[in-house]
Amino acid sequence: MSTKIGDRVKRSEDKRFTTGKGNYTDDIRVDNQAYAAFVRSPHAHANVKAIDASAAAAMDGVIAVLNGAELTGDGIGNIICGWAVSSKDGSPMNMGAWSALATQKVRYVGDAVAVVIAETQALARIAAETVDVSYEELPAVVYVDKALADGAPQVHDNAPGNQIFDWEIGDAAATDAALEGAAHITEMNITNNRLSPNPMEPRAAIATYNDAEDHYTLHTTSQNPHLARLVLSAFYNVAPEHKLRVIAPDVGGGFGAKIYIYPEEIVCLWASMKTNRSVKWTSDRSEAFMTDAHGRDHVTNAKMGFDADGKIVGFKVDTVANLGAYMSLFSSAVPTYLYGTLMSGQYDMANIHCNVRTAYTNTVPVDAYRGAGRPEATYLIERMMETAARELGLDPAELRRRNFIQSFPHQTPVILAYDAGDFPKLLDMAQNNADVAGFADRKAEAASRGKLRGLGYSTFIEACGLAPSAAAGSLGAGVGLWESAEVRMNPVGSIEVMTGSHSHGQGHETTFAQVVADRFDIPIEGVKIVHGDTDKVQFGMGTYGSRSAPVGLSAVVKAMDKVEAKIRKLAAHTLEASEDDLVFEGGAVKVAGTDKQMLWHEVGLAAYMAHNLPEGMEPGMKETAFFDPVNFSFPSATFICEVEVDPETGTTEIVQFTSADDFGTIINPLIVEGQVHGGVAQGVGQALLEQVIYDDAGQLLTGSYMDYTMPRADDLPFFTVDHHATPSPNNPLGVKGCGEAGAIGAPPAVINAITDAIGNNDLAMPATPLNVWRAIQVTHSAAAE
Amino acid sequence: MANVNIKVNGKSVTRDVQDNTLLVDFLREDLRLTGTHVGCDTSQCGACVVHVDGKSIKSCTALAASMDGAEVTTIEGLANGGLHPMQVAFNDNHGLQCGFCTPGMIMSGVDMVNRYKADGRELTADAIRHELEGNICRCTGYHNIVKSIQDAAAKM
Repeated sequence: MSTKIGDRVKRSEDKRFTTGKGNYTDDIRVDNQAYAAFVRSPHAHANVKAIDASAAAAMDGVIAVLNGAELTGDGIGNIICGWAVSSKDGSPMNMGAWSALATQKVRYVGDAVAVVIAETQALARIAAETVDVSYEELPAVVYVDKALADGAPQVHDNAPGNQIFDWEIGDAAATDAALEGAAHITEMNITNNRLSPNPMEPRAAIATYNDAEDHYTLHTTSQNPHLARLVLSAFYNVAPEHKLRVIAPDVGGGFGAKIYIYPEEIVCLWASMKTNRSVKWTSDRSEAFMTDAHGRDHVTNAKMGFDADGKIVGFKVDTVANLGAYMSLFSSAVPTYLYGTLMSGQYDMANIHCNVRTAYTNTVPVDAYRGAGRPEATYLIERMMETAARELGLDPAELRRRNFIQSFPHQTPVILAYDAGDFPKLLDMAQNNADVAGFADRKAEAASRGKLRGLGYSTFIEACGLAPSAAAGSLGAGVGLWESAEVRMNPVGSIEVMTGSHSHGQGHETTFAQVVADRFDIPIEGVKIVHGDTDKVQFGMGTYGSRSAPVGLSAVVKAMDKVEAKIRKLAAHTLEASEDDLVFEGGAVKVAGTDKQMLWHEVGLAAYMAHNLPEGMEPGMKETAFFDPVNFSFPSATFICEVEVDPETGTTEIVQFTSADDFGTIINPLIVEGQVHGGVAQGVGQALLEQVIYDDAGQLLTGSYMDYTMPRADDLPFFTVDHHATPSPNNPLGVKGCGEAGAIGAPPAVINAITDAIGNNDLAMPATPLNVWRAIQVTHSAAAE
Repeated sequence: MANVNIKVNGKSVTRDVQDNTLLVDFLREDLRLTGTHVGCDTSQCGACVVHVDGKSIKSCTALAASMDGAEVTTIEGLANGGLHPMQVAFNDNHGLQCGFCTPGMIMSGVDMVNRYKADGRELTADAIRHELEGNICRCTGYHNIVKSIQDAAAKM
């Protein structure tokens, strides 16, 4: 079967996953490992007065009980946010101190104050329950608007009024003026509901301190092992970089939740040194709900102004975003540079202003979750457009067509310059595939059965392929966002690619190999992709933000360019031909038009035996490249969602979900479709089912799958996925990335469809049966009046 | 403490187990069969599904001590060398991404195909989706999982 770019190549990694031979962190056992269990605050906000661990320490099988004072006393550094975002007035963000084990104060239910190390996991957990912590409870604040109100309880002393920063982008004066002159203004108040990412594999870590070598090894469920190593050494002072090996083996999903370096990894490493034992910790699901970074949680007021022809003249956005109790690693960038910069959407907008205030609350820290800022922007824009269409009496597709950006590159008023796209084509394609023309008949047929059908659009763009390093740095990022690759030919011709990208479901072992096999026309079985181990792979920035194709694969291509150049020189010399006459074909390097060739393994042998190399050529065949993107990439899509609502119960059935996507060049359509399916499923989850709920005292009510509703197979239909590519001009393969699109674009399509079905636009996410039923009652009452 | 004799993937094992040891932990920790996974703590996610005496159960909600005399099949024992048609189907149809829910999905898939065949019922896509209520996947959106099970059903 063909294994070129564009082919539906089946995944080689499936063999171990379908036979139960995956190597996830909890599957790994280190000799003589001990187990960690954390003592966590049951209060949302409290001073820690005393910790009495005597009962725990005395238990048989308990090796140690450690606390925050000991941790900070040993010089372990506080957890940082790595992206400096300043307020409008130039003042820096108010980053509150976050120790991996709380010392004086706890700020959310789940905040850890101590750790028990014991011989078995069961013992550690039982002992943790006996640790007696005296708390002085403080009033808690949970909701972001309440946190910023006068008199709210202070979460951090250095953040007066709980404000972290007050940031803006765009031109306030010009936008206000544009709205003043608008023929029509659509105004909405929109909440983007708080979510918990929930990869199916809970987080886990095994930390091993080797005192003979003064060296640490960390097995961790991470999306970015090198970033973990950097942060653990440079900021948390756990170990110097060259004495710390981080391995992210098979990882069962990430979605952003596994980017961050959490208290648990820091503590396990430190505890391993303190006890001279390997320390293993595995989260259970309830623990995950109260420790994995949450996502979203924005409240927004927005106004969009239109002229008499329905063209947007201005867009004004005012958002408050909840960052939780502490600033997580990327938390500041999510509601700013990954949000405000997307406010133009697919539309030609002359005037935009977006103001974002971020606040602390006594809740789990909030950070990037699939889409990270772009779902929040897209939900806002696409609900506004659909609503505006209804207010203006225009077809929602027509209103969008009037405002689409038609020429590229396009500079938006909010920093980003879009590289390529064809928005009208995507809309046409989706409308055709969704049979929009036949919707009226389907709606009537459903009505005859007493059901309400609705249609909703979402036409959206995202910025991904994070990110040009200089640009990111100028906006406050503490790191560069390039990617690295080493392409290594072995002596007998097999190829290993060491990539700084990490696969936790994305299929890189197959798709990256496809790109190499295609380039050199060699069997894909002869190519192996290596990732996830800082001892094997040079520094790379990991996988998130849909960057593995646009950035990670670009580094592979650059390295292959160097390998190809060297092979040409070597083969030209060996075959006594001109470099330009050489072709890579059928697993060999051939002189075109002759029968002179070097088989692939002969190339390897020639390079490594070095008996006859061209003058000046070094032996061996391996090349490294670092790729720094010159711009973000800009995937775009049209989603059309068709629903059928049962007015008796408020239940929504998604009868059809159609997507027309522009991801640029597609490496493996099987993989890309899978990413769209999965992303849409998460978007549907946000729209219909999921919400993290705290009570007013800061108790987490949705603390397990009993209360937090995950999408099941019967909540979702089969999806229709189609593509139209406008390749990105900014990377060698023209790829744009596809991992987040579904989660970004689906929620507004679903809510637009339901509000269309029930004739009431006032509906919040999640649109649970109860919420929908209530909205229907409101419509009925209004109709009756 | 209880002494249990269990046949796991065709091999008899005799062990002393604590009364409160879950079957999933017995499989993973005592027998080092780590293909059966733990994804939740409320018996909803299905990553732990195994077959006991021909029926699929959630091993996170079963006690090893109650398994004396039982025949247990885990994902590792589904095929005797080679690959079971369900395993092949999941690969053919891209029914997995991160792989964590996959053993449970495959075990549930095999079970539902067998039950529906035995009952002479048609395993439609809707029926598959309904039968998967106890198996959560966060990666695939279920589209290709349903296709995989449909594909395997036609070949089993």
